[in-house]
Amino acid sequence: MSGRGQLVGGLMFLFATAAAPLLPDWIVSLATVALANALVVLGLVVLWRAGLVSFGQAIYYCIGAYAVALTARWTGFRDAFALVVIGGVAAGLVAALIGFLLARYREIFFAMLSLALSMILYGVLVKTESLGSTDGFSVATPTFLGFAPHRDTLGLSLYWLTLGVDAVCAVLISAYYRSVAGALAAPIRDNEIRVEFLGVSVASVVHAKVVISGVLGGLGGALAALTIGHVDPNMSYWTTSGSFVFVTILAGASSVAAAFVGSLAYEAVRSFAFDLMPQLWQMTLGSVLLLTILFLPNGLGSLVSRVKRREEAKS
Amino acid sequence: MSAILAVRNLEKTFGSLVAARDITVSVPAEQTVGVIGANGAGKTTFINMITGHLRPSKGSIWFEDKEITGQPSREITRLGISRSFQVAQIFPSLTVFENMCIAAAIARRSGGIFGNIVTPVHSPAATAEAEATIELFQIGRYREITASALPQGVRKLLDIGMAVVGWPRLLLLDEPTSGISIEEKFDLMKVAMSALKSRKITVLFVEHDMEIVTRFADRVLAFYDGTVIADGTPTQTLSNQQVQELISGVRLKTSVKKPGHA
Repeated sequence: MSGRGQLVGGLMFLFATAAAPLLPDWIVSLATVALANALVVLGLVVLWRAGLVSFGQAIYYCIGAYAVALTARWTGFRDAFALVVIGGVAAGLVAALIGFLLARYREIFFAMLSLALSMILYGVLVKTESLGSTDGFSVATPTFLGFAPHRDTLGLSLYWLTLGVDAVCAVLISAYYRSVAGALAAPIRDNEIRVEFLGVSVASVVHAKVVISGVLGGLGGALAALTIGHVDPNMSYWTTSGSFVFVTILAGASSVAAAFVGSLAYEAVRSFAFDLMPQLWQMTLGSVLLLTILFLPNGLGSLVSRVKRREEAKS
Repeated sequence: MSAILAVRNLEKTFGSLVAARDITVSVPAEQTVGVIGANGAGKTTFINMITGHLRPSKGSIWFEDKEITGQPSREITRLGISRSFQVAQIFPSLTVFENMCIAAAIARRSGGIFGNIVTPVHSPAATAEAEATIELFQIGRYREITASALPQGVRKLLDIGMAVVGWPRLLLLDEPTSGISIEEKFDLMKVAMSALKSRKITVLFVEHDMEIVTRFADRVLAFYDGTVIADGTPTQTLSNQQVQELISGVRLKTSVKKPGHA
């Protein structure tokens, strides 16, 4: 991210922080879920830049969510900050483990293998009656470093927490993009042989990308579980993964901010489509995706780079 | 002068096929060695074993008095042996400058398992190294061109440049002039070889064109049926009777007779 990119990102963050109390609750709640899901999308973007698409990213989302819900249920521990970290770490550990397998595959095999793994988790959760089978179970109301917000302010607290986690992740991921490992995304997509002969293990770089995307997925799932107040096996179902891929295509891989803007745009379109045309909302979403692919093949993020290019051409 | 590369009794078999056998060669530092031989004679197998792409079935390989037999290619690259490829291996979606930058950054990254993550890709030192190597190989005017759009000769130079940007001590070039027109071959080799000389790199290059071998090599190894049948200065090796019969024979006869008629 350039210096100007960081400035714009910082201003967006301040605006989003300050504007929330003025907005109606339902918008804040929708935005919280959108900003939590944006982390999963950011994880998909990290993979996508290296030419990898995961059709099973919901597995990390689900693990993050269940890790939060189960910790609260079994130990009674309810601190939101710690729970979010637990969600991210749990998903990261699982990603580190299955990464040994995933890092050896590319293209459709990578996509289908991740899909299969997420469906295994779905199957296990559906069959586990002690965890509520298909119904799932509810998540205890969190506290914030000992402070238990009133019902009315809980939504706002979670929104700010989500925004804070998003900001930290955005800064870390843009630093990652500037590192050798981050910059190796396009080279790995282009030519793995050359990367190996430059002295880098492609498998370990891909493995690290899987873990990063897993942690981001887990953080997203943890925040979503706290916001929704409920977890169920659908969080690992393939349609959930599909919607994350949908948002990734909508957002594009050109910048870190695109994941957040794309996720908010998706949630907005989905909500309005559902409200205005309850029978046809999926068709509306489909049309939006089609138009995006036709006119913005590099996603919403490419609008920014287009403006930049036009400015450069002028100067 | 002690040998920078020493290969002892090297053998490689694929099932019943013997691709390399009983190869013993020692290369002193800063020598430029040409490797000749017909297709299937074992030249590329030889190079692939030194760079860790293939694991030898028997024998040992020593680099700077350290045994490297059977080590993975990326370890061998870190020790200081680089290679270029018969078909240029570059990153087609990146520009020449970006290609060189990533190669330079990798070469200069810090060690440890997080080395790739903590090293920035555009450090001033790596960028300067990339710029210097682009200049050294005289491809500066293609700096901002996407690699997929480059002419063949520039692709080759970029490929060699990316192998050199990390300051290796030994470089293996697998047919640097393959796919290059005859008119361009000499210029390409001149640029590449003077660049390598200026960095004091020991070079092993596989080549089919005997004129290029004679012109650029200090020493020539002739391969036949998986082993070295002649080893000496270009004149010695090329005048070896076995080499003339098995490798360069037909070409030499015509090139010897023709001037007589003309």
